[in-house]
Amino acid sequence: MATPAAQLTRKDFTSNQTVRWCPGCGDYSILANIQRIMPELGMSPEKVVFVSGIGCSSRFPYYMDTYGFHTIHGRAPAFATGIKASNPDLSVWVVTGDGDGLAIGGNHLLHIIRRNVDVNILLFNNRVYGLTKGQYSPTSRIGMKTKSTPLGSIDHPIDPLSFALGAAATFVARTVDVDAEHMRYVFRRAQEHRGTSFIEILQNCPVFNDEEWDELEDKKQRIDAGLRLQHGQPLVTGSEGRRRGIRIDSGVPAVIDLGDGSDISTADIAVHNEHHHSPAYAFALASMARPNFPLPLGVFRAVESPTYDGMLEQQMEQAMELRGAGNLRNLLHTGETWTVK
Amino acid sequence: MAEKQLVELEEVAIRFTGDSGDGMQVTGGKFSESTMLAGNDLSTLPDYPAEIRAPAGTLAGVSGFQIHFASRNVHTPADQPDVLVAFNPAALKTNIADLRPGGTLIVNQDAFKKRALARAEYEENPLPELHDRFNVVELPLTQLNRKALEDIDLGSRDIDRCKNFFVLGIMYWMYSRDLEPTQRWLRGRFRGEVREANLLALEAGHAYGETTELLPSSYQVPAAKIPPGTYRNITGNTAFAWGIVAAGVQMDRQVFLGAYPITPASDILHEVARYGHFGIKTMQAEDEIAACSAAIGAAFAGSLAVTCTSGPGLALKQEAINLAVMAELPLVIVDIQRGGPSTGMPTKVEQGDLPMALYGRNSDSPMPVIAASSPGDCFHTIFEAFRWAVKYMTPVIVLSDSYLANGTEPWLIPDIESLPRVSIPPPPEPENFQPYRRDAKTLARPWAVPGTPGLEHRIGGLSTEENTGNVSYDPDNNERMMHLRDQKVAGIVADIPPLEVVGNEQGELLIVGWGSTRGAITSAVEAARADGLDVSRVHLRHINPFPANLGEILGNFRHILVPEINLGHLPRLLRAEFLVPAEVMSKTQGKPFKVGEIRQRIDEILSPEDDS
Ligand SMILES: Cc1ncc(C[n+]2csc(CCOP(=O)(O)OP(=O)(O)O)c2C)c(N)n1
Ligand code: SF4
Ligand SMILES: [Mg+2]
Repeated sequence: MATPAAQLTRKDFTSNQTVRWCPGCGDYSILANIQRIMPELGMSPEKVVFVSGIGCSSRFPYYMDTYGFHTIHGRAPAFATGIKASNPDLSVWVVTGDGDGLAIGGNHLLHIIRRNVDVNILLFNNRVYGLTKGQYSPTSRIGMKTKSTPLGSIDHPIDPLSFALGAAATFVARTVDVDAEHMRYVFRRAQEHRGTSFIEILQNCPVFNDEEWDELEDKKQRIDAGLRLQHGQPLVTGSEGRRRGIRIDSGVPAVIDLGDGSDISTADIAVHNEHHHSPAYAFALASMARPNFPLPLGVFRAVESPTYDGMLEQQMEQAMELRGAGNLRNLLHTGETWTVK
Repeated sequence: MAEKQLVELEEVAIRFTGDSGDGMQVTGGKFSESTMLAGNDLSTLPDYPAEIRAPAGTLAGVSGFQIHFASRNVHTPADQPDVLVAFNPAALKTNIADLRPGGTLIVNQDAFKKRALARAEYEENPLPELHDRFNVVELPLTQLNRKALEDIDLGSRDIDRCKNFFVLGIMYWMYSRDLEPTQRWLRGRFRGEVREANLLALEAGHAYGETTELLPSSYQVPAAKIPPGTYRNITGNTAFAWGIVAAGVQMDRQVFLGAYPITPASDILHEVARYGHFGIKTMQAEDEIAACSAAIGAAFAGSLAVTCTSGPGLALKQEAINLAVMAELPLVIVDIQRGGPSTGMPTKVEQGDLPMALYGRNSDSPMPVIAASSPGDCFHTIFEAFRWAVKYMTPVIVLSDSYLANGTEPWLIPDIESLPRVSIPPPPEPENFQPYRRDAKTLARPWAVPGTPGLEHRIGGLSTEENTGNVSYDPDNNERMMHLRDQKVAGIVADIPPLEVVGNEQGELLIVGWGSTRGAITSAVEAARADGLDVSRVHLRHINPFPANLGEILGNFRHILVPEINLGHLPRLLRAEFLVPAEVMSKTQGKPFKVGEIRQRIDEILSPEDDS
């Protein structure tokens, strides 16, 4: 007998498989917090499906005691779309990497987002190919030296959230692997959102790209390097005496020094609003990159829009209503027929 | 009015040709319909240009539709038409070489003006010179049609567009056809003046046939003896679509179709998309990879999953299909083969994808392959594919080609009760559930669908431990699983009926075919046998696994010939598998085999000179 969801714990979502990431990998804490949030969200394991592509991050489903599908490189969004279309009652989570999701799978990621399939996508961004041992990825910084770019990468990187917003994502958020509480907050918000929830998780790969996110992972540095987004609150960050705010003018963000931060009203600081219908505001936030800007963390955008799976279900019902349940015999006999005696 | 005679014929083949804008496909389609209603057996072949809108009147823009009908069984659209209808010089130029010597050529005289001749790259009017070789009937069709429709309130362009129905009316008179079914169709299809114009053109054409001196005889092809039952006209692609619907109904499962448009497979998606009221979900994905991946996702979630494509799309799907092999999920993949390689000749026929279906994936990736051999057969073939997929938990490839996809034949509508009801095994008990524990007989693993409490499990493309399904790099386990997957697919042979030899059980020559070559092979072998030649044939629907008795049959013949629309794929398989001297008969012109071509090869092989 299945245990009632209310009494489940993290253990009920933990499979018996040994976790095989490198020691110190950021993936561990993401896994732990997903396993923790599941019972908190009232999930039943049989209703949950984790779908992944290929990469270190994509091993994730093996460690969850839910349904899971470790598919092929880059295509997890397409598998997830089929699963959700087939059974919209399932809670579907896609786990992907910066290579899996934005290089080989960029096309599918674009399309699952624009269709607004009701799934949660977790993109583990370590800015490197972990599993294939350290080549640069589409999010790697220009100039990054790797085995495949000994002279430094000359590819302009893409920002995952800008990409998602470009596809009109209805829910976009960023969090970081070391901040358990913040991760769980974002996961909860994603699960509550109907439609595609896209989450970039800044993830450390200590083996091939260590300290990539140091200033955001380190508790002290992140006060200045990061910007916590809170709906209804002004875009203000920074430690004592180094308060800074963000003004957005003609869609372009600018950092305004606020000194001690006592007077933000005259500085025209933007107030965070997740529900702007236009993605332009969120896009302005997503364009805020280090080192010129504090990096926003939290929910950038959360707007309602019909979901693919919901509309598909609706169309079926309408077809059923309009034409009555299909009858095979009638179908085979439609149009001209003739009988030979 | 001169007395006209009515001549009885056993068979006739007619080809309608004209510019893409002349409505040849409709004309041919309507003629087929009334031919069927008249009780003839028939086979048709539409042939349209790859360009959607080739410049009017050019050679590239010629569209054709051939129909072969008879009072006996018909297996092919015929090698050579007896009658060629050419609406313009370009149509004449691209088709005249096929017309049977002495055959009838009906042309629209009005279209043979200087500019049209130039567009068809004729330096002078070719008609005068053709009278020696053919029975040329030159009709002022444009004029006749305009005259007949002079009271219709439409512009001259619209009036001229009706002339295909004028010609159809003539042909209906010539072949003693009833106008009624086409009139009914026109009334349902068009409105207002356009409807009136087309109806009038049809009737005027018919009346013209009756009265003109240019057509001294009309013909009657008596009804064929065909098995009793209710028939309809069907194309291969419609048969696939309906087979998909039927599988969902008979297996009582939701169907999910993922597809990306590609000629000549798109019509399956179009057709299936109309059946939401059967609980069928369709998705036009962003590419073939996604189409196949979404279908596999749907299969994991418990749907009857199918994806349809053509060669270039199959190439893209292979990595995902390989995952379905590894994850052991039921999936049906339909490949409507077309001319290749690369983009090749997208609207033309080829049987080029057999090696890709069998071997186009990395490693040993055993997968059943079955092939439809006539338009109506597509229905039963895909139904069988679904049964295998769910019974053996495996992807199954179904091969068809553009010739079957668009060709039509009269199809005996199956009795729903006669279709097997397939009961899918209930989900396993949670107690001691193991995702890769196999059924002792079929070696299938259980279909444990997300949403079922207690059956939570993970699958994927990594090497899988026997029974538990956990990731495993154990060398012995990997080898065992390789063999298990192989044995599982090989074991499907138990469900394959023994192959039947048509002709002698042993002898000089066996023709082995698969797919759409069946009609041409059948006609050629029938004719050769009627002439006393020692030739037999088998036709393969099941290519992986082969029927159990294939090896034995092959061993009973001195010569084995495989006509194939490629450079020779099946012979290689037969040689490798059975060590028999299977010989290639290849054709790669984007056209089906002619009966005469196969017959000639039979004669060559069986001629005494060959024996010496
Ligand atoms: C078709 C295909 N091409 C290439 C690979 C090799 N490959 C596996 S994972 C990977 C990159 C993974 O990078 P990312 O998505 O960033 O994941 P990470 O390992 O960093 O978590 C590549 C190139 C593959 N498995 N399949
Ligand atoms: S290579 Fe990097 S990303 Fe992969 S497991 Fe090791 S630390 Fe984690
Ligand atoms: Mg990565």
